[in-house]
Amino acid sequence: MFIRIARHLAFAGMLSLSAGIAQAQGTLRIGMTASDIPLTTGQPDQGGEGLRFIGYTVYDALINWDLSAVDHAAGLVPGLATEWSVDEADKTKWIFKIREGVKFHDGSTLKAQDIVWNFDKLLNDKAPQYDPRQSAQGKSRIPAVASYRAIDDQTLEIITKSPDATLPYQLAWIMVSSPANWEAQGKSWEAVAANPSGTGPWKMTAFVPREKAEMVPNTEYWDQPRVPKLDKLVLIPLAEPNARANALLSGQVDWIEAPAPDMVPMMQGQGFNITQNEYPHNWTWHLSRLEGSPWNDERIRKAANLAVDREGLSVLLGGLMVPAKGFMPPSSPWFGKPTFEVKYDPEAAAALLKEAGYGPDNRLKVKALISPSGSGQMLPLPMNEYIQQNLAAIGIDVEFMVVEWNQMINLWRAGAADPSVEGSQSINFTYSIQDPFVGFIRHVQCDLVSPNGTNWGHYCDQEMEGLFKDIRNTFDPEAQTAVMQKVHEKFVNEALFLMVAHDVAPRALSPKVKGYNQAQSWNQDFSPITIE
Amino acid sequence: MFAYVIRRLLLVLPVAFGVSIICFLLVHIAPGDPLTAIMAVDATAEEQAAMRAAYGLDRPLPVQFLFWLGNLFQGDLGNSIATGRPVAGEVWRAVQNSLLLAVTASLIAFPIGLLLGFLAGYFRDSWLDKLVTSIAIAGVSVPNYWLGMVLVIIFAVKLAWLPAMGAGPAGSDGWTFDWLHIRHLILPAITLAVVPIGIVARTVRALVGDIFHMDFVMALYAKGMSNFDVLIHVIRNAAATALSVIGLQMGALLGGSILIETVFNWPGSGMLLSNAIFQRDLPLLQGTILVLAMFFVTANLVVDILQAAIDPRIKRS
Repeated sequence: MFIRIARHLAFAGMLSLSAGIAQAQGTLRIGMTASDIPLTTGQPDQGGEGLRFIGYTVYDALINWDLSAVDHAAGLVPGLATEWSVDEADKTKWIFKIREGVKFHDGSTLKAQDIVWNFDKLLNDKAPQYDPRQSAQGKSRIPAVASYRAIDDQTLEIITKSPDATLPYQLAWIMVSSPANWEAQGKSWEAVAANPSGTGPWKMTAFVPREKAEMVPNTEYWDQPRVPKLDKLVLIPLAEPNARANALLSGQVDWIEAPAPDMVPMMQGQGFNITQNEYPHNWTWHLSRLEGSPWNDERIRKAANLAVDREGLSVLLGGLMVPAKGFMPPSSPWFGKPTFEVKYDPEAAAALLKEAGYGPDNRLKVKALISPSGSGQMLPLPMNEYIQQNLAAIGIDVEFMVVEWNQMINLWRAGAADPSVEGSQSINFTYSIQDPFVGFIRHVQCDLVSPNGTNWGHYCDQEMEGLFKDIRNTFDPEAQTAVMQKVHEKFVNEALFLMVAHDVAPRALSPKVKGYNQAQSWNQDFSPITIE
Repeated sequence: MFAYVIRRLLLVLPVAFGVSIICFLLVHIAPGDPLTAIMAVDATAEEQAAMRAAYGLDRPLPVQFLFWLGNLFQGDLGNSIATGRPVAGEVWRAVQNSLLLAVTASLIAFPIGLLLGFLAGYFRDSWLDKLVTSIAIAGVSVPNYWLGMVLVIIFAVKLAWLPAMGAGPAGSDGWTFDWLHIRHLILPAITLAVVPIGIVARTVRALVGDIFHMDFVMALYAKGMSNFDVLIHVIRNAAATALSVIGLQMGALLGGSILIETVFNWPGSGMLLSNAIFQRDLPLLQGTILVLAMFFVTANLVVDILQAAIDPRIKRS
């Protein structure tokens, strides 16, 4: 509160000030929201920011995200694998052709055996290179993988536990680090952290824990058009939003992640560029479907969805959000054609609530879990208070249970039935929805209730199970997209969640930063960027 | 005097043990899970259990404490759960940065605070006294993180004279006493010095004012002693209490300031503590709290010994 007031007071007279002068020449300095440099050994921590700044810069996956387009959601493209296919007779058997001539930063050549070594790093706790820290980040991302082997230097076989057409999406999470470098660093992951080696477009040259990581272009990168144009990329952890903004305004960094919405107009007034774009992020309330939960009534779920004034919420956020029209952003190829329109219609909402037996004279009381902050949570307190007012207007009284972000993650894993959630009937938890598993399956598949997964609300529906089976058994990408559209239509038509907003990943850039195109992805391509 | 010092040193041991138990229990009482920071949010219960066992967090608390204590006696504070790096190294790096900041702030705060306090006490009820009192009250009243932000706006953003954040152009690892680095130190040190200036000035003002009204001062004047000589007596009488206040303030400064280090992104112990709290990084939290607590204990010990050296009555008691 005091910090907010101070910020307003302090910045009030500054709209006319000119921006600080950046000193960089071919060096891009980025102020991250993370409080430390993400894990550098291969499989990064710190969520989306870790993959964005350390994962897809220093490393590659077998299958990468296409970060070249700004006008549609990023799709998958060949990475360290040039092609892949599933066996026609045995749909659990996949063959991957490994790209030839790819060099790690340490000079060693990539082979299929290195991919096997990397899987062991995450999945095989008997392997000498097994790393609990990387495993903690990567193992849960590849639930389909049962076994793997190198058929020859350029051919990899992966066997899945059951037919699973989502495997390529899962593999896009897994970063490939160099076995030769691990050997050279005395088989110590701690030593590798300071001297990592991947195959990515950037080589890390300096690492000061909690302070900075420096990278230079990998001029021998296998994808020559993506060889970075900059001389150097510097990552600086700047978790505090004001410190981040001040660093940009004073010219100590050229780029900051997530500027506070109330500072954006001032930054724009001083010539800084604010970039934003849709990306697969979701800000919803997950609803408890346990016996006795009011959210089991579809009319109440739809009433709540119609009661939220998303345009008003957008004004509150300075336009830095996409109002939800469904669970996926409107531009998603998986959006489909749902018949229930997610919009602001308080009259229709009140009518539905009345039909369900509630209204101004018989108010519905619900309890909601929220956090005051957290990764990807945008501005959870004012946003939830806004929704609380919207719902109160039609007769739904919301009592908040506010917990700190770290504890929120535990309650998200615990599920609605756990005593620790103290009877809360919803949870406001945000996340990536970039692939079929994280976007759909994990939230509502029957057997993924706690402790097996994060089906928080204990939803279980046989039609949905059938659709998930179809997703996993549909290996043709176009046909798979059609199934996912059906899933999304069901999500929206039955109003399975309180669908509110999608983040737009705002970034504030010095006017000297040129050539950046914000992809519709959690990851970004820094290769085309230059500094004037 | 030697016996007194030995006695005070021995008293440090139970205090240190008590601090270690309290800090261990406190960080375990707090809700949250240290593994949350290092596990993907979708990690299954099985994966979480395996990780809990790998970090020894599945053992009973007393066993965990004994392990921690055993390692502590060998100088090993364990490894950070969030980063995997040795806690001792993390804390040492951060403490060095906080130490640099604290000593600089002390060099600003204590001479100014003592001088202002003495002038106000000597010229009590004059315009100078009122001015100093106003400065002192402002010093202790203005939220220092707010002051820090305002200073950043003025001197870093608007005037571009000084940097807004960090401990040097190449990070704190490359610290050298040249202008490129010292300019990073100026704003946080001034901000950190403001509160101690106020506290020391107010304390010394009250002390000096009171001592000047004591009977022995009248007696000294009556004996024909010069103003300067009387002043020396007053200073000696005020020194013990002033030293005590300075010692406490020094301890607080050495402990780092979470807010100021956060505002200036200064990689000190305050920021380390803040990160450890938010990540529930138990080994890092325990190690940092213990080291900071030891700073307080050491600062108090030094002050006690100095007080005894200055004032024989303390030694006798």
